[in-house]
Amino acid sequence: MTDKPDPDTAGTADTPDTSGSPEPLYTTAKEAGLIGCHACNRVQKRVFTVERQLCVRCGSPLHRRNPDSVARTWALLLSAAILYIPANLYPVLHTSSIVGSEDDTIMSGVAMFWNDGDYPLSAIIFIASILVPMLKLGTLAFLTWATQSGSKWRPRQRTTLYRIVEKIGRWSMLDIFVVTLTVALVRFGSLAVITPGPGALAFGCVVVLTMLASMQFDPRLMWDHIEPSGKKHD
Amino acid sequence: MEEDDLIACHECDTLFHKRALPSRSSAKCTRCGATLYQSVSSNLDKLCSITLAALITFLIAQAFPIVELETNGITSQTTLIGAIVALWGENMEVIATMVFCATILFPLTELIAMLYLLVPLRAGFIPAGFSQVLRAIQFVRPWGMIEVFMLGILVTLVKMVSIARVIPEAALFAFGALTLLFAVILTFDPRALWEIAERAGGHGPLRYTPFGGLRSGPVSAYSAEPHSSLSSDLLHPAPSHRTPQGTPPDAAAPPMKP
Repeated sequence: MTDKPDPDTAGTADTPDTSGSPEPLYTTAKEAGLIGCHACNRVQKRVFTVERQLCVRCGSPLHRRNPDSVARTWALLLSAAILYIPANLYPVLHTSSIVGSEDDTIMSGVAMFWNDGDYPLSAIIFIASILVPMLKLGTLAFLTWATQSGSKWRPRQRTTLYRIVEKIGRWSMLDIFVVTLTVALVRFGSLAVITPGPGALAFGCVVVLTMLASMQFDPRLMWDHIEPSGKKHD
Repeated sequence: MEEDDLIACHECDTLFHKRALPSRSSAKCTRCGATLYQSVSSNLDKLCSITLAALITFLIAQAFPIVELETNGITSQTTLIGAIVALWGENMEVIATMVFCATILFPLTELIAMLYLLVPLRAGFIPAGFSQVLRAIQFVRPWGMIEVFMLGILVTLVKMVSIARVIPEAALFAFGALTLLFAVILTFDPRALWEIAERAGGHGPLRYTPFGGLRSGPVSAYSAEPHSSLSSDLLHPAPSHRTPQGTPPDAAAPPMKP
């Protein structure tokens, strides 16, 4: 935010005078009648006469903003939140051995490792399977709600938050991979056999749905409510 | 076209003028802090060799067992495919499909697609279906989860130590190497291939044609094409139709971050 617009590039044409303002005035592609391709970054003129504009360079469909971004994000988030309940209540692993059989939910697995003194392992599973999905659901719900209500509150921090959510979401898949390997490895016939439980299915769907939700959310919508540098641009 | 040197931030839609960056640097949006673009090296040899190495490592990782368990004289071992088949057999078809896509299908697609684009570009020509393959890479990239799977293997190993003797097998180390190779590949933004392709073509900006091919050459040459229909005229306006004072928007120059 400290850089002034470069005189060579910034003041070319009908630019408003920025010499008095402490920060550069920003123009969005939307305001300039341009549209940036999300697939190849090519900026081009927006054509209003065609229904479905394609990128001149790569041919992918162009959208100024993700279509129905808020509605789609809400739908996916809601489905994920509903599935999150069975994901935590139903067992993810069912162990049957000569000493008996037991069902493990995600939370009881974490507690078991904690009681065994395996603190790092317990922490990794707790972060990946409980903390990350909960934070992701909560953060995305907050961001979508704030965008929908036209909030002007700290857009830069909210964008950073969104970036973090997008980065860490994939790590929730960890539990699914652990279940896969455990089921395949622990097959000792009558001694011990581990089978997957319905919780794993629900949890896998939660991870995929939250990833889809964060892809549908369009951070540019947050910035649409922010006037560039506090001033309304022409 | 005058929009050639512009870039719109993906996260806040602000327009910037693009400029050449020093190597190993990236331009960040001054408004929201997102990475706009990275410096592009036309030397694709390194990326090409790493992708090829990753493909070979991938095949090793898939072909050999990951780990072997031994308890009371009974042993059990599994490959990744074996684990997915076992999951499928437990009536967990959905989860098995998810794991298959995240650890086999999507990473393999990404590696093959990268090689398909990189090898011809190195030789100086643009392969058929360039834009479709590039978009396929962008589609599969967020769903390939080799590094998450590697952590999954490690967590499983630590879990199993208490119930059986754990013997690491070849694929465990292959997955470790693959994680590192993928980390290098993922630092490369596939969008940069567009700039490289335009440079490799050498005839100016590339344009998409309705039949799926790419055409490079001066804008005026393309607008004079006999089969350009009404809609493609609107998409590629001839220079004379453009209003000269319309577009150049004010934009801050992206700062260079070494």
